[in-house]
Amino acid sequence: MTTGETQKIREDRPRERRTTERTRLAVAGARAAGQGLYTPRSAKHRVTNTLFSAVLFLGLGTALVALTAIIGWALVEGWPRLDANLFLAGPSTINPEEAGFRTAIIGTVYVIGGVIALIVPLGVGAAIYLEEFADRERWYNRFIELNIQNLAGVPSIVFGILGLAFIVRGLGNFGFVAAAGSMTLALLVLPTVILASREAIRAVPSSVRNGSLALGATLWQTVWRNVLPAAAPGILTGVILGVARAIGEAAPLLLVGAVTFVVYDPSFFEGGYSVLPVQIYNYAKRPQEEFHVMAIAGVLVMLVVLMLINSFAIWLRNRYEKKW
Amino acid sequence: MTTDKDAPISGEMPRNEGTDATAPADPGPDADGGPGTGGAAGTENLDSPLHLRPAELRGGGEVEHRDKVFELRKVSVSYGSHRAVGDVSMDVFQRNITALIGPSGCGKSTLLRCLNRMNDLVPSARVDGEVIYHGENLYGPRVDPVQVRKVIGMVFQKPNPFPKSIYDNVAFGPRTMGIKQNMDDIVEEALRGAALWDEVKDKLTSNGLSLSGGQQQRLCIARAIAVKPEVVLMDEPCSALDPIATLKIEDLIRQLKDEYTIVIVTHNMQQAARVSDMTAFFSVRTSEGKRTGELVEYDDTEKIFSTPADRRTEDYISGRFG
Amino acid sequence: MTASQRGSVSPEAGAEETPRRPLGAARPRHGEKVVKGFLALCAALSVGVTIAIVVSLLTPTIGFFREVSVVEFLTGTQWSPGFARGEFGVLPIVVGTLTVVVIALLVAIPIGLLSAIYLAEYAPRRVRAVIKPALEVLEGIPTVAIGLFGLFLLRPLAEQIFPFMNWRGDFSIGVAGVAVGLLIVPLIASVSEDAMRSVPGGLREGAYALGANKMRVSLRVVFPAAISGIVAAVVLAMSRAIGETMIVLLVAGAGNPNLSFDLARGAQTMTAYIGGTATGDIATGTTVYNTIFAVGSLLFLMTLVVNLFAIRLVRRFREVYE
Repeated sequence: MTTGETQKIREDRPRERRTTERTRLAVAGARAAGQGLYTPRSAKHRVTNTLFSAVLFLGLGTALVALTAIIGWALVEGWPRLDANLFLAGPSTINPEEAGFRTAIIGTVYVIGGVIALIVPLGVGAAIYLEEFADRERWYNRFIELNIQNLAGVPSIVFGILGLAFIVRGLGNFGFVAAAGSMTLALLVLPTVILASREAIRAVPSSVRNGSLALGATLWQTVWRNVLPAAAPGILTGVILGVARAIGEAAPLLLVGAVTFVVYDPSFFEGGYSVLPVQIYNYAKRPQEEFHVMAIAGVLVMLVVLMLINSFAIWLRNRYEKKW
Repeated sequence: MTTDKDAPISGEMPRNEGTDATAPADPGPDADGGPGTGGAAGTENLDSPLHLRPAELRGGGEVEHRDKVFELRKVSVSYGSHRAVGDVSMDVFQRNITALIGPSGCGKSTLLRCLNRMNDLVPSARVDGEVIYHGENLYGPRVDPVQVRKVIGMVFQKPNPFPKSIYDNVAFGPRTMGIKQNMDDIVEEALRGAALWDEVKDKLTSNGLSLSGGQQQRLCIARAIAVKPEVVLMDEPCSALDPIATLKIEDLIRQLKDEYTIVIVTHNMQQAARVSDMTAFFSVRTSEGKRTGELVEYDDTEKIFSTPADRRTEDYISGRFG
Repeated sequence: MTASQRGSVSPEAGAEETPRRPLGAARPRHGEKVVKGFLALCAALSVGVTIAIVVSLLTPTIGFFREVSVVEFLTGTQWSPGFARGEFGVLPIVVGTLTVVVIALLVAIPIGLLSAIYLAEYAPRRVRAVIKPALEVLEGIPTVAIGLFGLFLLRPLAEQIFPFMNWRGDFSIGVAGVAVGLLIVPLIASVSEDAMRSVPGGLREGAYALGANKMRVSLRVVFPAAISGIVAAVVLAMSRAIGETMIVLLVAGAGNPNLSFDLARGAQTMTAYIGGTATGDIATGTTVYNTIFAVGSLLFLMTLVVNLFAIRLVRRFREVYE
């Protein structure tokens, strides 16, 4: 009874429906199992069972093989061009042997730096508001929630259109610069970061909040000093996964001016810029074989970086997953 | 109620214990509940049938020397349209241990949580009536719930240390109050006060969650008293602990009485008998399928456990109830 | 202690023995309000983004429909906005998108679901501990990488495996569909695996206790119980496939809108049209410029419907099990 009261703070689900749904499932389960009881178990049965697990394994095997094939293929095909020029040389249309991704890599670093600076405060801030401050009874808070969930599924190219209309031109009028790319990508990954941060904040048990509030801490003190530190690994995971997605994203940047051949090192607020995935795309579209190899070498670099980042994020989450 | 059946037998033993523990701090009330005249009645309003004043019921007593910390006047708490506990009127005395007992769902925890405005955190909760704290309405317009919780601390059912070091757990409260100096001393004092210092003094930097359940609960008590509250509310503080840890906490609670006013909710009647000076018995009234808690009887613990005035209390104490 | 605090009725008298702390806030917590305001602003930003998306899509779209009728746009079968006498029938590129989505789902649903069932029900704990994170890491493979893989490896490979098909040029919409399928396999696998694992163990054990075998439990108990979560996974994957740009741009090509349904040839999709046309500078206000936004609006609407459906399913699933 007492715990029930404590949890009431965070629990407002329709309990009735839950029970009926569960009952329905339980009945279905019992019926299915019961059928098993009354049909005689034959050798045929055992064969189908074994066959079934073989099919399952085949499915998983296909998934893993196909996906790791991408990495293997990139390694084999891209290996010959994995040299210093790839990183240090700028782009060239004439001499593929001496061309590289230098400006694109610098562009990516700028753009992603901007993305991080934007998504950490905005994403975590929105997550804190929705989890800790928002009164879910209010329609506008529920609307914000639904809106974020929907934004998470809006195609990235639509964000490109938004960036083109509002950031490059229109209200922001930044022009085709790295900053515009940062903002566009930040808006794109923000919903993901918010959703992940909310999960992490929600995972902090309400007993921690109650303990802190009962000591006379204000809601913000409670959030800042107790909830956020406890949720930090989960939030960090969300941020890292968001950043990883931003690194690999090319489509929206096509619209906000990540142009192909940037000969000089870019700067944040002025001049043309490019990023790694867009540069790869452009090399891949050239007719010469040498450019294709270079594009694949670029893919290899990106894969390695992203695999490392993602592995770290997932390791982090799994490590801190169950603390309570 | 699993613990009920032992109650009548053990009722005798704990009463003595309770009186002993009371003695150094508060020599008067429990020992001489009987004699005296009902002098204190003058200022009270007696319009509620549930407005029970122990000494008066027994023909008066030296009530006035017991300072009132809380005066509850027809307090009701509702969640949405459901009234969880209704029309409670009772006084809580300074440096006393007041136990709230009763069957599940009788609203005793709910009532406890409205004494430091923790119920404010439940959006649908509403408190009616008056909770007067030293003459000031706790729900008055100028009262700040955050400030209230600094003065009236709380310990919860399940130990809930913060996932940080033992030191930081204790220092959290003082720090939120803006205290920066002598933090080491404050932490040590609070841990000593919670009888935990000797066990943790060499590992103040280890995580609070690494302690045993009983130690965690004492850490939570240390955390609560580090801000020097006047009142400590305890919501079934031992329900998640084993018997040995429970005994330690009970000893501690009795010690804390020297400095703090304690209100404790417990399912365990022997515990109420062992530690408390005053006991309030709550019951559930069911009407139209809705369960509402109500205060049945409030009196000296000794009286409640030996000669309760109400039949329902007697049934509950002797295990013939829910 | 026995020193009386009779004066306690008036709150101001608190100073006489132990100074009592006031219950009102010491100072108004403006900082707290500012912080809350900032946080609310962060959350509201998302609404601003949606509004900005709608505005940025609608304004040029309205301009577009001043020149091209809605009926012509939605039912026309010729798509050549770039030409002097442009045709604005969107059907060919919608069909291109749908072709990719259908093929991608045909590839990804069986592989993804089989993997999910294996991981949730069959895989030994250790295998799962390795494979599940591996799948999640693979989920992060950038679309450009998959696109290049499709263009340079899968497309030539397909020509060798199916030599009887009418391969022409470097591009193929069918191969693009397969490559998008690769992209969404991990998504389907991990979301539906989560769904199956959150089916309560009791349901499984109950069935096992009745003598059901593993296959029966997986297919007749767990799968139906998790069905709304599984459908949500598929719907999410569908939304992802509709909006995928880089893979189709690379593998299906940016040009050649057609209604031929020839999987061996390249074909334009909605996203590929936007991505291919809008690279960097195009003259604002022209019909071609506006076409990008008209197609964008249609794309946004399609994914909106799919997303809202997925969100509903996920909510329903969570209500049941979490």
